[in-house]
Amino acid sequence: MSDATPSSANRPTRAGFWHGVALSWVFVPGSFFFGVAIGSLAAQKGLSLAETLLMTGLLYAGSSQFVALEAWQSQWTAIDMAVVIAAVGIVNSRMFLMSAALQPWLRGLPPGYVYSQHFFLTDANYIGAVRYRENGGQDPAVLLGIGVALWINWTLSVIPGYLLGAVVADQKKYAIDLIMPVYFAALGVPLWKSHVQTRSWLVAGATALGFYYFVPGYWYLICGALAGITWAAFEPDVEPAA
Amino acid sequence: MNDLWSVSPATLTVILLATAVTYLCRAGGHFVVSFFKPSRRVEKALAALPGCIIVSIVLPIVARTGVVAACAVIAAIVAMALRRSEILALCAGMVVAIGLRTAGF
Repeated sequence: MSDATPSSANRPTRAGFWHGVALSWVFVPGSFFFGVAIGSLAAQKGLSLAETLLMTGLLYAGSSQFVALEAWQSQWTAIDMAVVIAAVGIVNSRMFLMSAALQPWLRGLPPGYVYSQHFFLTDANYIGAVRYRENGGQDPAVLLGIGVALWINWTLSVIPGYLLGAVVADQKKYAIDLIMPVYFAALGVPLWKSHVQTRSWLVAGATALGFYYFVPGYWYLICGALAGITWAAFEPDVEPAA
Repeated sequence: MNDLWSVSPATLTVILLATAVTYLCRAGGHFVVSFFKPSRRVEKALAALPGCIIVSIVLPIVARTGVVAACAVIAAIVAMALRRSEILALCAGMVVAIGLRTAGF
């Protein structure tokens, strides 16, 4: 890894960061109420508020926190710990792929910047940044802007959930639980270019559903993604347009 | 009521180890790719990632949530395909979702 001066095209700027913050609004309600649910589950499982905040602020990964809390123990053996940590690793292993896919964009930036912003990498800022780049954007601080804004929202959201639990309004009535999947689906549309995508998405979707129905836990996330991209890897090269 | 501010050493250990594993996922992909020039195959695989991630997140949610999620997602996709505006697509999907939930689905 060189410390070469980045070309000006991919230099992170303050404006890019704030653009990312502005792009994050759509993820705020869904993420907030997911955090409320996590906070309320943590209280049921006997965590202190401080422990809940530590977990939420450090892990910053909703599905994996949910899985960890489901397997939470009041008395820990080494085996229990290993089970929880492995489960978190499985849910979050998709981030390894997202991080690899983002590497060309961040190439040449100072390692201190790159490896700090990775702390905030999550589905929302990954997908949001992919969309931003599809629209011609180049500023990698957008990734950080969305990530930091949602991190603040996420960390604070567990507090009302922890303290009030079920008292918090029913998110289903206003379909807040569906904002994220609806928005992700919309962002997927412009990624479709040809039947190369159709095939790899069918493979990803069928695999994800298969694992969802037949394998407990969150294996479907990583297995669906891996199946789809493996299929894509073996698609024949499209002839470049003459 | 739980004690609000205590932190048990075992819990802290679990949280820190889970955080370390997660951070290694977040940074590891970048780190590994930095050391070799990805082959054409790997490039094609990573280029396909966003769509495959979206499909793998959204479809199981639809399967779990049922007909309301399915209709809302389809409405958003149709709106996006026709107008290429993510705000419009989000509104279309949410109108359908709230409408169906209000109607008792």
